[in-house]
Amino acid sequence: MIDKTRPDTQSCVADIPDGATILVGGFGGAGMPHELIEAVIARAPRDLTIISNNAGNGTTGLAALLAAGLVRKVVCSFPRQADSQVFDTLYRAGKVELELVPQGNLVERIRAGGAGIGAFFTPTGYGTPIADGKETREIEGRNYVLEYPIKADFALIKAWQGDRWGNLVYRKTARNFGPVMATAAKVTVAQVQEIVPLGSLDPEVIVTPGVFVNRVVAIGTGASQ
Amino acid sequence: MSDTPMSDIAIAFMPWTRAEMAQRIAADIPEGAVVNIGIGMPELVADYLPQDKEILLQSENGILGMGPKPGANAVDMDLINAGKQPVTLLDGGAFFDHALSFAIMRGGHLDITILGAFQVAENGDLANWATNDPNAIPAVGGAMDLAVGASNVFVMMEMLTKKGESKLVDRCSYPLTGLACVSRVYTDHAVLDIAPHGFVARHLAPGLSLDELQRRAGIKIHAA
Repeated sequence: MIDKTRPDTQSCVADIPDGATILVGGFGGAGMPHELIEAVIARAPRDLTIISNNAGNGTTGLAALLAAGLVRKVVCSFPRQADSQVFDTLYRAGKVELELVPQGNLVERIRAGGAGIGAFFTPTGYGTPIADGKETREIEGRNYVLEYPIKADFALIKAWQGDRWGNLVYRKTARNFGPVMATAAKVTVAQVQEIVPLGSLDPEVIVTPGVFVNRVVAIGTGASQ
Repeated sequence: MSDTPMSDIAIAFMPWTRAEMAQRIAADIPEGAVVNIGIGMPELVADYLPQDKEILLQSENGILGMGPKPGANAVDMDLINAGKQPVTLLDGGAFFDHALSFAIMRGGHLDITILGAFQVAENGDLANWATNDPNAIPAVGGAMDLAVGASNVFVMMEMLTKKGESKLVDRCSYPLTGLACVSRVYTDHAVLDIAPHGFVARHLAPGLSLDELQRRAGIKIHAA
């Protein structure tokens, strides 16, 4: 019997080693796997590379992971926000490295990583500092920049419902990076509001098929079936 | 001595307010358009979209058919816009993941984006994500994807900086967001199209002559 459900968040992240590269879902707070991040903070692997759209908001989630001093590098599109003070302070002190990636390139690089694409040409960023030092090509009269895939050791994502095969559905704009990140990691961990019995998710609306998910943990009230 | 005709009395120049700029942009968006409204000043445009037209707002974080902000009792932080503020979904609206959202932009399915800017050059180059301030933390978000992807890139900005420097330039001094991508600029002084030969003034704020606009902008602006 396939059973990807886990009883708690700790057991989902217990094998994250020092130096791991981790995709973290979410756009601002929506879709941010807060409980999984708290479990990572408790385990405290060091020298992490975090790939996420933002670099932490307020003092929870990614901001707390950064504040704990566990992150060596952040790959993101939009670190600077009104409430990104934790990242701002670390960055200005030279304590965290930043790779800035335009948002569409970020998600497409992750998509390529999960889809087995070797690299791709994108128009985004051509002629800007983002493209400095990168290969470019004119294709049918338009200029493109060569971008390489992003793959990770772990992906930590948040979904709405999941089953023991790892099938997932999401809620509203909390979907954002989740379905794409799920495809691009060696180990994908999904925290869900509830785990539902196998067969109860409508196969026509399953967004992430379970093949992309290794571990599912319920944060809400739903019990494992 | 005859009386001075009314038409010869110069009206004092009154720049458009941000609300007036937003109204002008909203009125130029056609029925059925798919539109992405950028963070910051352009967000005002959403308040003036004509009720008699169906316009589809796209949000980079996975919404097509975005509605206005919810009432205080209907806030759902799983339903937010690119500025991470709570919004609603119109009937017929849809959610999707980020890869699809940026495919809408890059793939030529987005008709109009409205962006703020630090500088716009006369060839349509856009600079809106970074200044040359070494202490600033860079952040680009979806701006570069919108700049290359949208069929029409509208910029909404005040024409002058707080120091009085023109943001309409012959060549951007700030890092570029996209090359030759802007098609129209809505400022508090004028609405300008970007034509192959440079800026073309389409509308001037009340009391502003083309000569005075050029003097303030510090760059050649062609008559429509």
